[in-house]
Amino acid sequence: MTSGAALPLYPRLAWYGFRRHAAYWPAALAGAFTNTVFGVLRAYVLIALWQARPGLGGYSVADAVTFCFLTQACIGPMQLFGIGLDLPQRIRSGDVALDLVRPAPLQLWCLSEDLGRAAFLFLARSVPPALAGAALFGIVAPRAPAAFLASVTLGVVVSFGWRYLVALASCWVMDDRGLATLSLVLTTFFSGLMLPLTIFPGWFGSLTRALPWAAMAQAPSDVYLGTAEPVRALAFQALWATVLLALGALLTRAARRKVVIQGG
Amino acid sequence: MIRTYALLVWAWTRAAAQYRVSFALMAAGAFVIGGLDIAVIWVIFANTDSLAGFGPAEVMFLYGTSELAFATSDMLFGNVDRISQHIKAGTLDVMLVRPVATWAQVAADRFGPHRIGRVVMAAAVLGVALARLDIPLGRAWMVPVMVVSGIVIFTSMFTLGGALQFLLTDAPEVANAFTYGGAMLNQYPLSVYDPRIVQGLTYVLPLAFVNWRPGLYVLDRPDPLGLPSWTGLLSPAAALALAAVAALAWRAGIRRYRSTGS
Repeated sequence: MTSGAALPLYPRLAWYGFRRHAAYWPAALAGAFTNTVFGVLRAYVLIALWQARPGLGGYSVADAVTFCFLTQACIGPMQLFGIGLDLPQRIRSGDVALDLVRPAPLQLWCLSEDLGRAAFLFLARSVPPALAGAALFGIVAPRAPAAFLASVTLGVVVSFGWRYLVALASCWVMDDRGLATLSLVLTTFFSGLMLPLTIFPGWFGSLTRALPWAAMAQAPSDVYLGTAEPVRALAFQALWATVLLALGALLTRAARRKVVIQGG
Repeated sequence: MIRTYALLVWAWTRAAAQYRVSFALMAAGAFVIGGLDIAVIWVIFANTDSLAGFGPAEVMFLYGTSELAFATSDMLFGNVDRISQHIKAGTLDVMLVRPVATWAQVAADRFGPHRIGRVVMAAAVLGVALARLDIPLGRAWMVPVMVVSGIVIFTSMFTLGGALQFLLTDAPEVANAFTYGGAMLNQYPLSVYDPRIVQGLTYVLPLAFVNWRPGLYVLDRPDPLGLPSWTGLLSPAAALALAAVAALAWRAGIRRYRSTGS
């Protein structure tokens, strides 16, 4: 592989993030296999539900199956099961002091690396489950491929915005495992990974569809299926990306004052 | 082996008890994670009265029995699936030279008592389901038998997954598809799946004996595959057979293991 040394800083960081995760390709393929198996199991449950209630939530049976494999494909790039950042360990070990004195903003640094990671995991953990779903059940074709790719990218950015906040909170909370568990619960349930948010009943359903987690898996899937207006879905994602990144920037400033560097 | 296992588990429990708030939060977290599955079942039945021919109480019964078995097995022995981390870190060598069964050491290592939260949630769901179903005693005796058989079956799956990691040290997540996948599979009536899958889970990998076949007996429902209802009583036999296979696979894995040395 080329070194990427000729690239400007942030693309270079993204390239390093890509390469770093590409080094563990057997683990990524194992993840793709597991995501596919769970996709198959979930698909059967959704088929049974949609056979009992055809057209539920505005989806046909084929849409529901496609939705299932699309959300499974989001697990890797959007890191729906974990934080996926080195930051909590670096905060605990104190290495974060080094990150904070670099002449580049910490948040942008992490975002660049994370986008590289997501790009690799999109290839290794998103494409295989989608292809397997297409081969086993048949999935529908994307309505607006360009808008879908934009939506996936925005979904990664929203997911990064959220995970960055959780990771940086380790500066104030002693046990970061509790926060990671809370984030896991919120993300798996409210992203659309377990069931489409469109079938959640009443006001609870409306609430789940407005929360930031809906921008991570539900929104890209709806853009793919054409069950959401692409412009509206992308605007919804962009809004949450802006809000979360702004909060992250504020929290980084607070962390800068919180971290005490021990000299020596 | 049992005595050493209990001793190691007790040591880890005492370690966890030193951080009470952390323990309470983690146990509450495990309880809520278990509750997510129930929330999904709630959303499904907010949209339909019956899923593949089963009502909400019946699905909760099937979920509760499988989940209670899986959560218990995961808490007590689930750490067997961390074997690849021990292989990579070299800590497996330390375990091999100790005069205690390796399996017991790996299973007890970093025992997490907070996982009791998920067990409590599963037991609560099963309790509610049983209260709503009103099953006669003549068939209800099978419920504890199927839960214990389920614990043995899931523990065997964890062990098989661990044995697989001797081959796939760099890709341990493959094992999750079989362990956690097996748990996910049994959360819903197997009638939602393709009959060929159910046949495979009856004759090849006996996951259907965790809760589906004995559950059909307890609920007094006909088998979609047409097998007689007494086959549901074969869970203990299926569990022992799988445990024997898992023990052989584990031994083969240990024998095949070659340390990288120092």
